[in-house]
Amino acid sequence: MANRWKNVLNDADVTDHSVFINRRQIMAGVAGLGLATTIGGPRAALAQEALEPNSFEDISRYNNFYEFGTGKDDPARNAGSLTATPWTVTIDGLVDKPGEYDFADIMAKMTIEERIYRFRCVEAWSMVVPWNGFELKDMLDLAGVQSSAKYVAFETLYRPEEMPGQKTGVLQWPYVEGLRLDEAMHPLTIMATGIYGKDIPNQNGAPLRLVVPWKYGFKSIKSVVKITLTDKEPPTSWNIANAREYGFFSNVNPEVDHKRWSQATERKIGGGLFAKRVPTLMLNGYEEEVASLYAGMDMTKNF
Amino acid sequence: MITDAVNQTARRVSNWLVYMLGILPAGWFLYLGLTGGLGAEPIKSLEHELGEFALKLLIAGLCITPLRKHLGVNLIKFRRAIGVLAFTYVFLHLLVWLVLDVQIVSQIWADILKRPYITVGMVGFVLLIPLAVTSNNLSVRNLGVRWRKLHKLTYGIAFLGALHFVMVAKGIQIEPILYMLVVLGLLALRVSKKSPPFQR
Repeated sequence: MANRWKNVLNDADVTDHSVFINRRQIMAGVAGLGLATTIGGPRAALAQEALEPNSFEDISRYNNFYEFGTGKDDPARNAGSLTATPWTVTIDGLVDKPGEYDFADIMAKMTIEERIYRFRCVEAWSMVVPWNGFELKDMLDLAGVQSSAKYVAFETLYRPEEMPGQKTGVLQWPYVEGLRLDEAMHPLTIMATGIYGKDIPNQNGAPLRLVVPWKYGFKSIKSVVKITLTDKEPPTSWNIANAREYGFFSNVNPEVDHKRWSQATERKIGGGLFAKRVPTLMLNGYEEEVASLYAGMDMTKNF
Repeated sequence: MITDAVNQTARRVSNWLVYMLGILPAGWFLYLGLTGGLGAEPIKSLEHELGEFALKLLIAGLCITPLRKHLGVNLIKFRRAIGVLAFTYVFLHLLVWLVLDVQIVSQIWADILKRPYITVGMVGFVLLIPLAVTSNNLSVRNLGVRWRKLHKLTYGIAFLGALHFVMVAKGIQIEPILYMLVVLGLLALRVSKKSPPFQR
């Protein structure tokens, strides 16, 4: 069942764009309230703040996708070569119905909704993105998760002829990521297939990508081709590259600095040359929703 | 023949032209940053462009002696201008980092002490200060042999600059490593056995 997380704005295509943006800003706060009633519990004032989404241009032209180069504008420049249709996602491991799931078939079974989320990069910049997508749980339920599963492993497409960055050694390819099962099944965790009501651009992880809004952006793996349910903590790309700097959890946490820079503050993209830094919120502002997942865990040790 | 042409042209070109051309990119980067030409995150771009240009100037400065020694190209009259420009760009890079990027004073100091790549960059900047201060004829005269010794600090500074770039990159990236290799190559030319001066 989708639409657990109430979001009133799904009519981007029938609304004039500027009006759409204005209404969205007003309604974002209401969406936050909707979440509170769904998940329960009192909410701190911060969630009621209206989230002002970044422009489509900012979101689609400034990001990391090392498969297309290490520069922030490389993905937008180089991702045109990616063939996102047809696309299949292999779901295997500890599931009842392992196999290749066609993207179109998945989409036919899912309810697409809009989620306006904060997005916090480990490099201390941030955006607000109006994603379209469905809850990861709903897709995993298609395959039937077995009770012995404890983790979910993800894998990005490996196709060096279309992804020039994969010809370099900046990371091990294919890019891999992982979540604990409870994180994966959380209603905030989605597979995004669109932005601003349009198909997700290649450079943002077409045709479908993970979005885990309370973790640093690199956890939200793009252009996913494989999902494996497992009982062991799966390897993750940045942890392989530098275990000292990138942990398995990588939860947004202003109190745990990156080894080379502070995570206490961030700068929202789009503010120009004189944009002010703002404090980073614990779990990226989703503390109410997900802090319970980490009750009793030392977030400094398990960073 | 080409060498002679270059040397003759160099003799006619004023140092002021080098200063003026050299400062243009800074103005251009700033203009781009103010008008959206540096993308969605102009602060980091400006910081990066200024830092990278400073490194290029440091490398250009290190090229002067080998060019003369091995190829007979004499550009020594421009070395001071290049050095002063390098200092200027490092300073602007630092200024952007302080004022536009980090903004928070307590965080600045913590970063300098706690983050090795910033420590390395700061040490490089501090070492540049005495060189900038003594970049005038009076200092050259007064310091004599010591001036030459003092200005050998540029070797260490260029190395620290390249190291700073290598360390700031997320993961192993090609561009900063190329800069480092160029710097190491130019330094290696200095430690190699004394070759005879260029003869025509």
